Amino acid sequence: MRDSDEALIKARGLVVGGGGGRARLQGVDLEVRREELVTLVGSNGAGKSTLLKAAIGLEPVAAGRLERSPDLRIGYVPQHFAVADNLPLTVERFLNLQLKRPRESLRTVAEEAGIANLLPRPVQGLSGGELRKTLLARALLRSPNLLALDEPAAGLDVNAQTEMYERIDRIRRQRGCGLLVVSHDLHLVMAATDEVVYLQEGRVSCRGTPESVRENPEYRRVFGPHLGPATAVYTHAHPHPHEDCRP
Amino acid sequence: MMALFWSAALAGLGLALLAGPLGSFVVWRRMAYFGDTLAHSALMGVALGYLWHLDLNLAVVAVCLVLAVVVVVLRSNRRLADDTLLGILSHSTLSLGLVALAFAEGLRVDLMGYLFGDILAVEPADLLWIYGGGALVLALLAWIWRPLLLMTVSEELARAEGASLVRVQLVFMALMAVVIAIAMKIVGILLVTSMLIIPAATARGFARTPERMAAYAVGVGVLAILIGLSGAFWWDLPSGPAIVVASAALFLISHAASPLLVRR
Repeated sequence: MRDSDEALIKARGLVVGGGGGRARLQGVDLEVRREELVTLVGSNGAGKSTLLKAAIGLEPVAAGRLERSPDLRIGYVPQHFAVADNLPLTVERFLNLQLKRPRESLRTVAEEAGIANLLPRPVQGLSGGELRKTLLARALLRSPNLLALDEPAAGLDVNAQTEMYERIDRIRRQRGCGLLVVSHDLHLVMAATDEVVYLQEGRVSCRGTPESVRENPEYRRVFGPHLGPATAVYTHAHPHPHEDCRP
Repeated sequence: MMALFWSAALAGLGLALLAGPLGSFVVWRRMAYFGDTLAHSALMGVALGYLWHLDLNLAVVAVCLVLAVVVVVLRSNRRLADDTLLGILSHSTLSLGLVALAFAEGLRVDLMGYLFGDILAVEPADLLWIYGGGALVLALLAWIWRPLLLMTVSEELARAEGASLVRVQLVFMALMAVVIAIAMKIVGILLVTSMLIIPAATARGFARTPERMAAYAVGVGVLAILIGLSGAFWWDLPSGPAIVVASAALFLISHAASPLLVRR
């Protein structure tokens, strides 16, 4: 048995880029423990995607320390993904790209991700939402203990966003995997988020529960005009203590 | 006389078997110009082989490999666009090859044969090279098929999932080099790329999975080679161009017919 508090990923003072220009990450700490849900928020260019990619080893780290649990298995859903029309590829073949899996396990995961009816379709014809669910299914097929999702609901309409977050929440509860999620919008941060990390210009501006980040003056200054109860799709409602978010 | 035809057909069949799957990757990875550049450099391999008395096939493979590495290294210099870089290398290596051949005094080289291929001049030793080298190419391609396909679909996903991209890429380039050396005899340096991309492009309209596309491309290639070879044999057409014209015709026909045959 592994201690559920044990870190899947532990980063200290991460610096990314900086050769020539401004570093895209300037000394960021990040920790994702087993079964924990950490959400990265911030405006465009704040370094959310960069931090996610650095944490899972897709982005070379210029300085800092990055520790990864030896049994870490990452399921990654990128923000941008498209398959060119010149490559014929069905959803089923796409899911089987790395490893051929038995048909039943493919079906189970396809149902979990909500794409069972899409399996024979060409990947190129999928809508934005269908493509995201397909990528999610592919990530799940690796039986990950950490899901890294870069803007999983980007480009979806509000209903589809809600559905996507509910689906991710369900998957997390059933599988008990850790989650590192990049989100554009704090209002859409998932209810069960344990920690929100608010990034600004490559630095952590503040971190804590969704409520405490929302109350942060710096956050209010940037996102203030959009604040309001009507836009909050999720509220944070589970009875456990969090550290405060101090500027 | 018919023996000549059949050994040529056998050579063509061997090439089509290789060109189908490899050419599909050239189409998917948008490497047509890259393939052209490697093929053009093959003449330099021929020249070096003559000058230094090396096995011509091995010299061609070696020069193609060196050039592939040069392209990869120069690409990391972002100040020139890819097509500019390939344009420079493609034409300067072809010219270098021609100049180097001119230096070999007293040497009578069938230049047209190298540039445009001569499938009817295939000898038993060539068949051994085509099928021996070809079997090796197909075995290695099968070995890297999954990771290569994954990185063709998305390099980012492949890296996130821990595939060793550099090794796969190097193996793929080596395979390209061998196939170019083989195809050079049949369709010639200037037409090598067409044998890689036209059958694959023809197959695209009918395939729903990558593997199907590669298999159909083999079929199209075999057909094109048999038609072109017949033209060369009975009407004395230049064999390389005849094969390419045949595959282009198949491409046009399939393009016109595919909306009727396949629901997309």
